[in-house]
Amino acid sequence: MNLSLLLILPLAFSLLLLAVKGLKQVRTVALLAAVAQLGLSVFLLFKFLQERVTSSSDFVFDQNYTWYKALNINYHVGVDGISVAMILLTAFVVLAAVLVSWKQEHQHKEFFFLLLFLSLGAYGFFISLDLFTMFFFLEVAVIPKFLLIGIWGSGKKEYSALKLALMLMAGSALVFVGLSGLYFNTSVNGQHTFDLLQISQNSIATNLQYLFFPFAFIGFGIFTALFPFHTWVPDGHSSAPTAASMFLAGISMKLGGYGCLRVATYLMPDAAHHYSTIIIVLSCIAILYGAFATMMQTDLKYINAYSSVSHCGFVLLGIGMLTKTSINGAVLQMVSHGLMTALFFAVIGMIYERTHTRQVAQLGGLLKVMPFISSVFVIVGLCSLGLPGLSGFVAEMTVFMGSWQRADTFYRIATIVSAASIVVTAVYILRAVGSSIMGPIKHTEYLKLGDAAWNEKTAAVLLLVGILIMGLVPFWLTDLINPGTEVIMQKIGMIK
Amino acid sequence: MNEFFILMQQELLLTAIIFILLFVKLAAKEVEAKTLLLLTNILLGINLVAGFFSTASGSLFGDMFHTSELLHLEKNILNLGTLIISLQSYNWLMKHKHAAEFYILMLSTLLGMFFMLSSSNLLMFYVGLELASIPLAAMANFDLDKKRSAEAAMKYIISSAFASGLLLFGISMMYGVAGSLNFADLKAIASATPLFLFSFVLIIAGFGFKISAVPFHLWTADVYEGSPIAVTSYLSVISKGSMIFVMTSVLFTVFDKLFFQWYNIMAVLAVLSMIVGNLFAIRQQNIKRFLAFSSISQVGFILIGVSGGDNTGFSSVIYFVLIYIFSNLAAFGVLSLVSTEKGKETIDDFKGFYKTNPLLTWVLAIALFSLAGIPPTAGFFGKFFLILAGAGRNNYLLITIAALNMVVSLYYYLRIIKAMFMDANEAPIEKVEMGWSPKLAMAICVGGIVVTGLVSGAYEYIYSLVK
Repeated sequence: MNLSLLLILPLAFSLLLLAVKGLKQVRTVALLAAVAQLGLSVFLLFKFLQERVTSSSDFVFDQNYTWYKALNINYHVGVDGISVAMILLTAFVVLAAVLVSWKQEHQHKEFFFLLLFLSLGAYGFFISLDLFTMFFFLEVAVIPKFLLIGIWGSGKKEYSALKLALMLMAGSALVFVGLSGLYFNTSVNGQHTFDLLQISQNSIATNLQYLFFPFAFIGFGIFTALFPFHTWVPDGHSSAPTAASMFLAGISMKLGGYGCLRVATYLMPDAAHHYSTIIIVLSCIAILYGAFATMMQTDLKYINAYSSVSHCGFVLLGIGMLTKTSINGAVLQMVSHGLMTALFFAVIGMIYERTHTRQVAQLGGLLKVMPFISSVFVIVGLCSLGLPGLSGFVAEMTVFMGSWQRADTFYRIATIVSAASIVVTAVYILRAVGSSIMGPIKHTEYLKLGDAAWNEKTAAVLLLVGILIMGLVPFWLTDLINPGTEVIMQKIGMIK
Repeated sequence: MNEFFILMQQELLLTAIIFILLFVKLAAKEVEAKTLLLLTNILLGINLVAGFFSTASGSLFGDMFHTSELLHLEKNILNLGTLIISLQSYNWLMKHKHAAEFYILMLSTLLGMFFMLSSSNLLMFYVGLELASIPLAAMANFDLDKKRSAEAAMKYIISSAFASGLLLFGISMMYGVAGSLNFADLKAIASATPLFLFSFVLIIAGFGFKISAVPFHLWTADVYEGSPIAVTSYLSVISKGSMIFVMTSVLFTVFDKLFFQWYNIMAVLAVLSMIVGNLFAIRQQNIKRFLAFSSISQVGFILIGVSGGDNTGFSSVIYFVLIYIFSNLAAFGVLSLVSTEKGKETIDDFKGFYKTNPLLTWVLAIALFSLAGIPPTAGFFGKFFLILAGAGRNNYLLITIAALNMVVSLYYYLRIIKAMFMDANEAPIEKVEMGWSPKLAMAICVGGIVVTGLVSGAYEYIYSLVK
């Protein structure tokens, strides 16, 4: 299968979008684009499962073209199980995001154009095997977010948009330094290279790894809310329009996690060992701090945003623990959190559209007037607090199991501390869900509100299906990503 | 004689155009502005196309003047920039009584730059430089009824004379050490002796003035603000670009033995220019002034590429100047239209611009993204390669500073984007009408911004010539 289709498709549709007129045509084209992307991703999954059996290399559907010959920069793409999982996640979230923005009246053409452009950046990032191409797509996905938040957002949108853009760009600036360090310290046939596979075969001197690992890891870490660089998350998510929040939390934060794993940890394994203590401490802080900060929030979007900080902490914790199970758990948590948080934001968006408030104290009794939305809200809340049978449980459990495999007291304490956060999660989730959908109806005008329309129902069901599949048959996903983590583990070396 | 025509083809063509314009001005006193502009633009177009056919290399006049494929390319880049400026100043020149004189002055400076580029002797270089700077002062004064314009011209001529003085002082010292001003002789004798270094530093200071690197930048903002926009854009891309070309090739070919000396100078100038340019750009309200400071910080990035000191550095500098021409001129093009038609130049005036002028807003936005180095615009590739070239020296402190400065610069570019797209304004700038000429200029610029990066051809071609 030609992986470049994943780039050509969004690009072609976004150009087509420029040609059509009127909300109806625009959203039809956007929906077609999203459906086509999902179809392509599912097709990719099947092709990948077939191809994997016969292929001997770690990455399949390899394509390698020279881009800048003088600098040895190539357009090199290929996928392994982890990237396929990420691509699927992206396709799900994008389709749901298009569906919930169905009534986007204001400057609709620009809105859907930017949304498709964002998905282009995400696909490009996940399929890249050349660090330059990867960096290119990482930055492609920054400015559309700025515009989406700044133009269509709510609240202090300009401030949040600017903060997000600058912090993410600072992240990519650090990533850039790390990447150039990798580039200049590998030499294949007398030439420096950005090629991920070649760098991975070419061990980099330990002291250089110690130097460049922090750049790459913190750089990508900013994208995935590494403490103390998480401050863009609450502002950015809460000011963004629903679709952008879904994309931001669902996919964009995963770019960082994927980068931390694929670039920082995979290419600089010695340094990953060296700095693992710091990573674990920081991620534990993020998990606990995020959870406690969420308890203090009264705005539903802020609740989900802060809980994202906490949940993404598990991703970094899994990576920092450096055992196979924990890294598997980190990838699972990326997918699970992506689906769950996108659905969470979608539901919050639906509630807000009807009641025009996101304050928990203002809501109440919604279950009586909008049963569908409220039920989804309950399910996604339970998923967030890790109820067995839903995706959150699987992912977090795997991270904890992986972490427990490290026997030292330090790792044990870190595991226990982060596992304890689940109690806090249960407190804030149950409180938020309970007081907004149960009890008496606080305002009489809520009685007139309607339930979800077809587009909203489709979006919710789509993401729910993902969550349920992951929760009920987790080994499908584990099987998919397992060979990928195996490769990374070979590089890291087994620790026990 | 034949060789003379072949090697100096570009200079001769330019001289011919200057003479044609002179004759037109003299012979037909009442020539319509429209006809004149059309004629000049066609001539410049022919000049640009013809430039691509000259590939000969060699030297003339007892090794005073030399040319090569690389130099032809650099001249073509400057030709392209001049054509774009001419196209986008259409509205302004239509209202101006002295369009012919403007072109004559502008092309004279361009001719001076060509000689400067092609010089292989410091004396020849100095003559070219003066030809390139004195008419520029007259151009800066071209808003004849504005005091600020005259002030800008005065400032420019004084600071330019000061820079020339420094350069001449350096050149005369160098003559004292080397006994020759020929580049080949200088290359042979260059060494880190105190007197030679002293003269070398003076020459670099002269260059620094012309490219407005910090701490030699103090004239820039006032001159940019006071001059007509056409002149500001000419100053900031063509004049600066040519000087960067000359400086890079002089440092790389003539003073290559002194690399470790000028490496440090370039690194310090780069850091200062980036930081000071950025910090001052944040505070600006007037867009011309703003672009002046942003261009200072862009020079800082270019100097990082220069400090790379190898073929990658050289080619990324030339490549970046090409991209810089597209991006900066696209921004100036929009600004020029708005300023000429509506007389508005501050960032606040651009609030709500998207409501009334969506197309112009996108052009300006793409230009600013390219200046900020955001993919997929060409500016991303330009900056990436510059910093990568700098990183080749293993000076990771320098490139970390550079990378973080890109974030700072993003802040102020986004300020304008925010004003245009997000801020509400009760009386936004009304719809700006434009003719074919500015549209063509913008199409060239935007096309350049999109294509030059994603398609590697331009960089590969430059790299092959530098090699």
